Amino acid sequence: MNFDLTEEQQMIRDTVREFAEREVKPVASELDKKQEFSYDLTKKMGELGLFGMNVPHEYGGQGMDTLSYIIAVEEIARVDGSTAATLAAHNSLGISPLLEYGTEEQKHKYIPQLCTGEALWSFGLTEPEAGSDSRGTKTTAKLVDNEWVINGSKIFITNGATKITKGCTVQAVTGVKDGKKIFSTIIVETGTPGFTQKVMHDKMMWRASNTAELYFDDARVPAGNLLGKEGEGSHIMLHTLDGGRLSIGAMGLGLAQGAFEMALEYAKERKQFGKPLTKFQINAFKLADMALKIELARNLLYKACWLKDNGRPYGKEAAMSKLYCSEVANEVAYEAQQIHGGYGLMKDYDIERFYRDQRLLQIGEGTSEIQRLVISRHIGC
Amino acid sequence: MKILVLISNVPDTTTKIRFTGDNTAFDTSGVQWIINPWDELALTRAVELKEAGAVEKVVVANVGEKITEPTLRKALAVGADEAIRVDTEPKDSYFVAKQLAQVAKDFDIILAGIEASDYNGSAVGGMLAEILDIASVSAVSGLNIENGELSVNRDIDGGSQVLSINTPVVLIVQKGIAKEPRIPAMRGIMMARKKPLNVVPAVDAEPRTKFVKFELPPPKAACKMVDEDNAKELIRLLHEEAKVI
Repeated sequence: MNFDLTEEQQMIRDTVREFAEREVKPVASELDKKQEFSYDLTKKMGELGLFGMNVPHEYGGQGMDTLSYIIAVEEIARVDGSTAATLAAHNSLGISPLLEYGTEEQKHKYIPQLCTGEALWSFGLTEPEAGSDSRGTKTTAKLVDNEWVINGSKIFITNGATKITKGCTVQAVTGVKDGKKIFSTIIVETGTPGFTQKVMHDKMMWRASNTAELYFDDARVPAGNLLGKEGEGSHIMLHTLDGGRLSIGAMGLGLAQGAFEMALEYAKERKQFGKPLTKFQINAFKLADMALKIELARNLLYKACWLKDNGRPYGKEAAMSKLYCSEVANEVAYEAQQIHGGYGLMKDYDIERFYRDQRLLQIGEGTSEIQRLVISRHIGC
Repeated sequence: MKILVLISNVPDTTTKIRFTGDNTAFDTSGVQWIINPWDELALTRAVELKEAGAVEKVVVANVGEKITEPTLRKALAVGADEAIRVDTEPKDSYFVAKQLAQVAKDFDIILAGIEASDYNGSAVGGMLAEILDIASVSAVSGLNIENGELSVNRDIDGGSQVLSINTPVVLIVQKGIAKEPRIPAMRGIMMARKKPLNVVPAVDAEPRTKFVKFELPPPKAACKMVDEDNAKELIRLLHEEAKVI
């Protein structure tokens, strides 16, 4: 067993931390208050090379392993959830299905630009009536005159409606066989007539990330825009979500780490009854529990990455990582805010934002309930 | 034109300082190492000049044992083309300058940080120039190269000075030489692995100094708060306790 990061992985952590501290942290609170998506940070993340980290060089990526990417997401999430969301969704949901299932032509056409930070791509799965039950998808695509004609809508789509969103990979029902829906994934470019993207406002969390509703009203795209094979949609979706779970895990881990550091620093400085909060055992033990949970979460998540990087099955561990890291984020943020007392309820303190941001992690990309379902199936229930 | 940037491997500025060996040696256990901040700025400027086409090659050099290699790799990731490590423990400024002299001969410009943030000796750059018998300029806060001509800015008392300098030269650089240290991009990190990191043996040199003893500064006294309407008490404390007035 070897728990050492490679020299590159360590350098990636140091580098992304420096970037996060220097560029993201100073503006995160203001962007959150204004609900402003930052094109500037997106561009800077592109220049740093954070988009397409797992994409081979020939498509404009960095050719790095999964763990390197996960460390990068973790370090951004350590200072800001919204920015981490932009990064993780674009890589894991935007680029990844195109890379894994695209034809050479599709890959060369879309991916290089998506690795620069000047263009984003989204993944359209969730619908108003199809959340955990993704088979409830109602959006349809019919092949007419060698074109897919798409009708329906999608909701809660991260990066779905920025000014630089170039398109979306859409899950749609393309037929029925033996009474069962056939799902396929189709590439829809921004600007396609009948395709409308609308920003959703007033979120509780990730207020500086872009969340969209997508509408398809006889939107027509060439037959060649099919991603993968017809009927492969469910498989593509499940496979994409397996990878996506690792990045949500990284967001939970990073958020927990950030919240823990804030709480520890505050508890050392803040004095009540004549001594720092850390000298009260009730707080010291809370901080010890936080450190313990973060350590466990990190070990589990990194192991899942190791499995993926070594070509082993990792579906169960990905679900466990997503579930555990997001729940640890919840528990750590809660106690970290508790340690901050009244100040923790004020927007002047980042813990207020962290406490809101953590709430998504138990819901997005498969709720905690769905993760338990996935795990229970893996263990033979 | 070739630039050599001297890289000192120093503890992160937030490191908790401890000593071993009856306070005669710095305790390196658990220390996170970084590029000396002034050297990092020097490297940033060197890489900028290379990107602008004014310089062909940027090499970094360090005197240190194997633990300094991650720091050199970072310098390669930032954009240096090659790294040299003189394989020995750096003992004092003279010893380090002697080691660097053997690898610094074929460069037009040698950039040295004005000091290293560990021992703040501020001596290696000047000593190296002396050993190599070339010119040195201290307190450099700007470097431009046009048509192979060096123009160097120095901060002096109450103003600044612009010098034209012949090469080879050692420039001892400070804040201002680059805006802010460059963060290596992911691509740079991946390329760093393939760039040469040459290890050269140390030359014989006797250090001229040795550490006798380290002492930590006395712990900071607690902050005393004085009521805003009690100026008399404040003056009394400043006079009798702090003894500053």
